[in-house]
Amino acid sequence: MKIILLKTAANYLLPLLLLFSVFILLRGHYEPGGGFVGGLIASIAFILHSLANGLDSTKALLKYSPFYFIPFGLSIAILSGLAPLFVGEPFMTVLWFENPLPVIGLIGSALFFDIGVYLVVIGVTLTILFTISESV
Amino acid sequence: MLLAILSGFLIAICLLFLGKQLKGNLPLAVSILPITLFVYFCTFLPGIGEGQTFFQHIPWIPSMGIHLDFKLDGLSLLFSLLITGIGSLVFLYSSSYLKGHIYIGRFYGYLCVFMASMLGVVLSDNLLVLFVFWELTAISSFFLIGFNNDNEASRKSSLLAWAITGGGGFFLMAGFILIGNVSGTYSLQEMLSSSELLKSHFLYAIMLFLIFAGAFTKSAQFPFHFWLPGAMKAPTPVSAYLHSATMVKAGIYLIARFTPILGNHPYWNNTLLIVGGITMVYGAFHSIFRIDLKGILAYSTISALGILVFLLGIGTHDALLAASVFILVHAFYKAGLFLIAGVIDHETGTRDVSQLAGLRKVMAPLAIAGGLAALSSAGIPLTLSFVSKDLIYEATLNSGNSALLFTLIAILTNIFLSYSGYLAGIKPFVGSLPAKFSEVHLPSGFMWLPPLFLGLGGLLFGLFPSLLDSSLIQPVIHAMGANDTVVSLKLWHGFNTVLMLSALTIVCGIILYLILKPSLKRLNAIGKLDSFSPQTIFMSLAKGTKFIALRYTKFMHNGFLRSYLTKIIFFLVCLIGYYLIRNVDIQLYTDKHTAISMYEAIVFSIMIVAIFTIVFSPSRFVAIISLSVMGYCMCLFFVYYGAPDLAMTQFTIDTLTTVLFVLVLLKLPPYLRIKDKAAQVRDGFLAGAFGILISVIALQVLNEPTNKNISRFYADNAYLLGKGKNVVNVILVDFRGYDTLVEITVLTIAAIGVYSMLKIQSSEIE
Repeated sequence: MKIILLKTAANYLLPLLLLFSVFILLRGHYEPGGGFVGGLIASIAFILHSLANGLDSTKALLKYSPFYFIPFGLSIAILSGLAPLFVGEPFMTVLWFENPLPVIGLIGSALFFDIGVYLVVIGVTLTILFTISESV
Repeated sequence: MLLAILSGFLIAICLLFLGKQLKGNLPLAVSILPITLFVYFCTFLPGIGEGQTFFQHIPWIPSMGIHLDFKLDGLSLLFSLLITGIGSLVFLYSSSYLKGHIYIGRFYGYLCVFMASMLGVVLSDNLLVLFVFWELTAISSFFLIGFNNDNEASRKSSLLAWAITGGGGFFLMAGFILIGNVSGTYSLQEMLSSSELLKSHFLYAIMLFLIFAGAFTKSAQFPFHFWLPGAMKAPTPVSAYLHSATMVKAGIYLIARFTPILGNHPYWNNTLLIVGGITMVYGAFHSIFRIDLKGILAYSTISALGILVFLLGIGTHDALLAASVFILVHAFYKAGLFLIAGVIDHETGTRDVSQLAGLRKVMAPLAIAGGLAALSSAGIPLTLSFVSKDLIYEATLNSGNSALLFTLIAILTNIFLSYSGYLAGIKPFVGSLPAKFSEVHLPSGFMWLPPLFLGLGGLLFGLFPSLLDSSLIQPVIHAMGANDTVVSLKLWHGFNTVLMLSALTIVCGIILYLILKPSLKRLNAIGKLDSFSPQTIFMSLAKGTKFIALRYTKFMHNGFLRSYLTKIIFFLVCLIGYYLIRNVDIQLYTDKHTAISMYEAIVFSIMIVAIFTIVFSPSRFVAIISLSVMGYCMCLFFVYYGAPDLAMTQFTIDTLTTVLFVLVLLKLPPYLRIKDKAAQVRDGFLAGAFGILISVIALQVLNEPTNKNISRFYADNAYLLGKGKNVVNVILVDFRGYDTLVEITVLTIAAIGVYSMLKIQSSEIE
């Protein structure tokens, strides 16, 4: 089921949606958004791509199985929680860098936690959807 | 002390890796552990004898009052010495008994775990820590009973033992928590001062029930005794160690430990007296009918445990003294008899006492050990057992109102026990040697020295009981609450009633031995009573449970998603509906609500159309699309009422769900109208009820006064503490970051679940 229109649109939409998801992820602390929604939007981007181009080409594009996103994201989230232990603060205290970065703004360990959530959500969603579409 | 306990676990782990390298030397290398620990605990003897107690306090989970507290007093020391002392002999013995066995590394691993957890039980001062070790002993016992795991009977016995002792463990845990709550501490030491509070508490009877359920199952008291004969499927050294000398005495230890806390109350004493009394007579009576060496020993062990419970039930200082000496005596002779039975089985290949005879000619040292053990079990003068028997009679004679009855059943039990002792320790060695055993020879010293050692030990302490009294036994009964007693053990008490009773027991035992020969016929005769035995009842209960579980599973887990949903929703409707009708004053005022705006009216009408399309559409695809229309409409409501985060999430989730549905849709059978009218009505009714219920709840919530403190806190502090302006996100990643962490872990588990279920299923089909 290949529709040229959808295929062309999906190819352009994928990078745009991914960018948008990162944008949503980053603005989460001040405006509506965050890792969870960002992750879902990124998953939708890949799902759209796979609907248009077939599952195999999306997998080839991803290079790694989406399953690997999960442990990776979980580790980032946990490490960001563990980081404060090294400076003597309790587990999961948010640490902040002193100076804001250009474009992104002030960075704290909460951002890394959110990035972890983002990756886990992508991994979980894609794993579930890919597995189901492969096996039904 | 912590190291002493943990060393067993550490060695067990090391055995996993080193087992291969050590090969033949492994048993002897591992045996260093119990010997070292034995010496270590011996160094405490002088201090304990002077009345000291040793503490070690390591905070573990302070917020819940759980500390790794260890306390070494007389009672703990007695058990520690038994555990490590008998342990040393059993470790050495097994090196020869299981020589060349393929899983010998595993065997020693289990033994180490058992020894360590048993030490943990007797040394822990914190109830919850004690409970952990308690369960670990049951687990290691499970593995040791089922050590010959290619034998079905072994597996069944270990499961039975696990079911009984593990079931008792549940009660015990509940009992510990209850006691901990009432007294406000989990430390046994601190509980001593709240003894009166506990005893006068209205839940005292329940505490006793729970604690006793744990102790009686562990210590094989009637009617839970039947797992113990089954546990004899374990290799014999295990039977000697776990199921006679140490683990089964954990229940006794627990009762003794709680004597100063919960004891000295009519409920306490009477329960122990009745259960212990029945067990001791029942076990002793059964033991004289057995012809399997280990069967005899198993039942006489049950009886001995009954005696201990019985003595603790009498509860006088005399009785506590008798109990503590008897613990030691019993460990000496019963472990010895078990080890001897193991040698006989190992060398002749049979344990049938009606066939065994004349083995003294081929195994002289073992015959001496057997004789000593049998004399010990019968309480012949000069053995420590004689002293202990005197103490038992003294305790029963001075027990007050029912002294006569108690003394009578004690005598009866002791006669039976001395008979079974002769049967196990003397019968195989006397008479003429059958031809088929003429080739039998004495095994290596590791196997016959330990029982001989135990027999001589019983004799040594019998001749010089003063070695024990003030150094060990006195601290033991002090730990049980008899603080002011001075113990002086003597072999000779002069001519008195007690001596007469001892003599009577011995004479009757010998007469019984001379007239009763073990035979299969009598075993079968008593086998007829099995249909009333607790074991049969337990087994039929187990069968019934299985049957009900099968029926339940067939009904509840029939594999149809729609049936699960129906049941879940039905249950919810009933439960919440019942609560709402009974307890809540439902007020559905509409005047508080804002007026319906144009947007809302439009979105609402779209939703109505979508609902009707879902319900009445003949096509699955249309239904699913309509469903997502519903979802998007909800998003619009969220946007309209100022919840953009929620709207975004709902929007993306809805998109993904639709995609998922479409993916699955391809493989589903074409949509069929539900022909069954009744099912249609049922589903419609259920859906309607659920919808109404949720609406009522939603409206009702508006009437409840809301607590704004929490949301105000978040709103006020999101920027100050979390440096974010989006409150929802700050809650997610900062204030309630723990929750999020757990949530993404749950998501991971879900993904792994879906992945493995579908992958395994599809690979099976291929």
